[in-house]
Amino acid sequence: MSDVLNSPEPAADLAALPLKPLGKVVAVTSGKGGVGKTFVSANMAAALAKRGLRVLVLDADLGLANLDVVLNLYPKVTLHDVFTGKAKLEDAIVKAPGGFSVLLAGSGMVEYSRLTPEVRKDFLNIIGSLIPHYDIVILDTGAGISDVVLFAVSLASEVIVVATPEPTSLTDAYATIKVLAGQQKRQTIRMVINQTARLGDGRAITVQLQQVLDRFVVSEPGKSVRLVHMGDIPADPSVRQAIMRRQLLMQSQPGCPASLAVSQIAVKIQETLMPR
Amino acid sequence: MDTPNSVASIELQQLRLDDARALLSQDLALALPSREHAPLAYLQGVIDSLCELSLKDPLTGLANRRYFRSAIDRTIDMVARSGDPALLLMLDIDHFKKVNDTYGHQAGDRVLQAVAKALTKCVRPMDTVARYGGEEFVAILPNCHAYFGEAVAERIRLTIQDMPVEVAPGTVIRITISIGGAYAPEWVRSTAALWTDRADVQLYRAKAEGRNRVCLDNQQEIFVSAEEKNMLFGHLALGDPAWIESVSGDPTGSGAGDASQRVN
Repeated sequence: MSDVLNSPEPAADLAALPLKPLGKVVAVTSGKGGVGKTFVSANMAAALAKRGLRVLVLDADLGLANLDVVLNLYPKVTLHDVFTGKAKLEDAIVKAPGGFSVLLAGSGMVEYSRLTPEVRKDFLNIIGSLIPHYDIVILDTGAGISDVVLFAVSLASEVIVVATPEPTSLTDAYATIKVLAGQQKRQTIRMVINQTARLGDGRAITVQLQQVLDRFVVSEPGKSVRLVHMGDIPADPSVRQAIMRRQLLMQSQPGCPASLAVSQIAVKIQETLMPR
Repeated sequence: MDTPNSVASIELQQLRLDDARALLSQDLALALPSREHAPLAYLQGVIDSLCELSLKDPLTGLANRRYFRSAIDRTIDMVARSGDPALLLMLDIDHFKKVNDTYGHQAGDRVLQAVAKALTKCVRPMDTVARYGGEEFVAILPNCHAYFGEAVAERIRLTIQDMPVEVAPGTVIRITISIGGAYAPEWVRSTAALWTDRADVQLYRAKAEGRNRVCLDNQQEIFVSAEEKNMLFGHLALGDPAWIESVSGDPTGSGAGDASQRVN
């Protein structure tokens, strides 16, 4: 185990991927920042909690995530205190307004973004010890393709890539998918297209991305990466309102189009992770 | 009552400000508010000026290493957030010791000042140039793409190479500079230490390869070719108006997109 953790190659993370038992872990990522990762993570968690599941959202952006801002939570104890041995893990987990649990990294965690073998090991241990207590663990990762993001994603059995229809967001999402397919040999990546203007735009985008991948991303025969469209979240003024008021959309406006879309995505995630 | 607002009750006379004032009068040509008529503004002025002073290199007038430290952290945060690449350059005057040994330390100071001035002229106002220590300088160039970074570094090298420096009346010398640089790659979270290490390695390489040259760390970029982009937005390039509207348009006119982009 320690050999795997000590190897500096990115491929070592894959070797560490036999963390297949981390089957209940979903990583939410994106190529570009600011496309709604944290929004999706938090509201999806609320939707799943509403369905009776025990959900934990973990700030896997190690201190740069805006989970605290979105949820208006400023806990005294964070993952950073756990890492530095100042607090116990249980004390760092807080209840979020949406009925799910949250583990915030704390701003001090940025210094741990230099992923040493020790940091990886600690992180693994922490996630490992949390999993038995939850039905679903959502990793709210950072944007882009940093080693922290790749590491966090490697722990998850399912990856959701959030993108908006904007060209920059699509390019960056495509680059991320390319890396996940290439380096991590991911075969399935789930897409959520945020801020769509028209019904069907999101699916069209996913199809387009798939076509480019099929053409340009060479992989072993029969093992090409497959994008699964999980849903669109329509551009909705309620989203802005909720964010400005630092409320959870699923709570403040459960009936608005964006909330309904998130709920549908949550159902799909539940069905994926816990097939009946 | 002792509230934070009762600063006026501080006896300015009791504060030993003479040293601070002496320091400021040496270095900054600024007029402090009247000590008698606006004591609070005066005190604030002293504090602000001291802060400014503490971030400056006295010889060259550039930012000092302390300022550089905070600037690089800010830039790293920005890169992590925005995805715009930034370039860090480390610059070291070639054979500086020879200048000192041959012409004296005052000549050395003149060279440092001339280089500082040239560096400031070669970069954009948004860039940070600082004296790192000795004859070593650093420049942080936020929002800097590969082609641009190379051009700037080369411009600096040529400017310094072609610049006559009058180190003493009637004595003009020429100097050169070696430059190493590294990008904080788009998105990739870095630390100040990691980033400066990488730029430093390139500076060593520039020195080892014969000085008066630029060595940049290759940007660790995930390459998305023009062909791939073309296919990604094929419909966009064709100008499908419905698509463009759906991407750029805000159907509600409320700017909801902007807000949710801020918080992700």
